[in-house]
Amino acid sequence: MLNIQNYVRAESLEQAYELNQNRRSHVLGGMLWLRQSDITVGTAIDLSGLGLDTIEETEEEYRIGAMVPLRKLEHHPGIAALTGGAVENALKDIVGVQFRNMATVGGSIWGRFGFSDVLTVLLGADCEVELFKAGRMPLEQFAALAYDRDILTRVILKKTPGAMVYRSVRNASTDFPVLACAASCLKGQVKLAVGARPGKAVVVHDETGLLKEGITPESARAFAEYAAKTVPTGTNSRAGGEYRTHLVRVLTERMLLELAGKEG
Amino acid sequence: MEIKLKLNGRAVSASVEADTTLFDFLRAQGCASVKCGCETSNCGLCTVFLDDVPVLSCSMLAVRADGRSVTTLEGLQEEAAEFVAFIADQGADQCGFCNPGFVMNTIALLRENPDPTDEEIKAYLSGNLCRCSGYEGQLRGIRRFLDSRNSRKEVPHA
Repeated sequence: MLNIQNYVRAESLEQAYELNQNRRSHVLGGMLWLRQSDITVGTAIDLSGLGLDTIEETEEEYRIGAMVPLRKLEHHPGIAALTGGAVENALKDIVGVQFRNMATVGGSIWGRFGFSDVLTVLLGADCEVELFKAGRMPLEQFAALAYDRDILTRVILKKTPGAMVYRSVRNASTDFPVLACAASCLKGQVKLAVGARPGKAVVVHDETGLLKEGITPESARAFAEYAAKTVPTGTNSRAGGEYRTHLVRVLTERMLLELAGKEG
Repeated sequence: MEIKLKLNGRAVSASVEADTTLFDFLRAQGCASVKCGCETSNCGLCTVFLDDVPVLSCSMLAVRADGRSVTTLEGLQEEAAEFVAFIADQGADQCGFCNPGFVMNTIALLRENPDPTDEEIKAYLSGNLCRCSGYEGQLRGIRRFLDSRNSRKEVPHA
C-alpha cells in the first residue's frame, strides 16, 4: 500500500529539486503507477503549480511540459500532423480516457517503463528531454541512463521533416502491449524503436546501410531481419520471446513499407 | 492538511491526510455514487470530473483537488436523466455496480462529442469495465438515446 507522509506543491523547480535530493522523496506525475507501489514516500513533490502542463510551439520544436496529460498530447493537432498520427495511434489504447487525462508525459518518460507506448513512440521521433540540472539531452541517451534525483521538466519534439508510423500488438485492447514499435524516416535517416520487448524500448539505426538505396520490399525485409536479430526480446505473462522476435520482424517490414508509401 | 474545493458547485473545506485519495474524501463527503472497483486505475467505476475533465478518483490524491472543482454523479442528475433510461431499457445495467462510472464518462463523451459514432463511443468508454453485460447493452442504449434525440431535432416546426 502506498503511504505518503508529507505533500508539497512545489513553488519553484529549485525547491522541487532540493526536496527531491532526499531519497525518500518522490516527484508526482499522474501517480497511476506510483499508486500501485507498496512504499512509504517521505515527501511527495507535486509539480502541478509550475506551468509544466502546456505544449509550447516554436519554429523548430514542440516543448511538451512534464505535467502535460497524455490525452492533451494525443489530441494536439500540430503533433498529429508532424508525426502523421503516430503519437495519437500510440496513446489511444492506453487504458481509457480517464487514465490518459491523469497520466503525464513526464511521468511516462521519467519512468522509462518497459511497457511504455509513450517512450517507444517518442524514441521513434526526433526527441530530446530537458532536465532541471543536466539540461537537454537526446531522449535515446536519457532512456539508457540510471534513475537519479534530477527533475524532468520538458520533452522536446523537434520538427524534423519526414514520415513516421507506429504499431503495437495487444492481447486485448487497452492492455499493455505485447510489442510496441515506432519507425521513422527523418531527413532520410531511418530509425526503429521497439518497446514492450518486454524490456525498456531500444532504438535500431541503419548502421549497416541496408536502406541506403531507399526502402524497397527487399531492403525492408533485410532491415526487418536485422532488427529481429538485433533487438533482444524476452518472455513474460503476455507473450514468449520467440513470438516477440517474430513480431519485430513482421512489424518492422510492414512499417518500413508504410513509411515508403508516406514518403512517396 | 487543509483543502478547499468546490464539490458539486458547493464550497467545501476539509482536513485530509497527505495520502487520502480523492475517492475516500468524496465518500466521506457523502457522495455514495462514487465507488471503487479495481483500485488499479483500470475499471473507471470511480470516475469523477475534475474541472470538468473525467479522472479516476481512486488514483488521485485529495490534496491535488485543492482549489479546484470536483463533480460527481450527485451533481449531474439532470444531465444523466436524459439518457440513463435508454441504457436501462436495454438491460445494460444488470447488477448496476459499474453504472455510475459509465454514466459519468458518457456525460463527458457527449459534452466533448455530442454526436459520436459507435466506434467513437466504444473508444471513449473503453476505460469503463462491466463484468455482466458485454457492453453491447450500453452501446445500444447510448445509440438509441442519440437516435431519439437526433430525430426530435429533425422534426420540422409546424
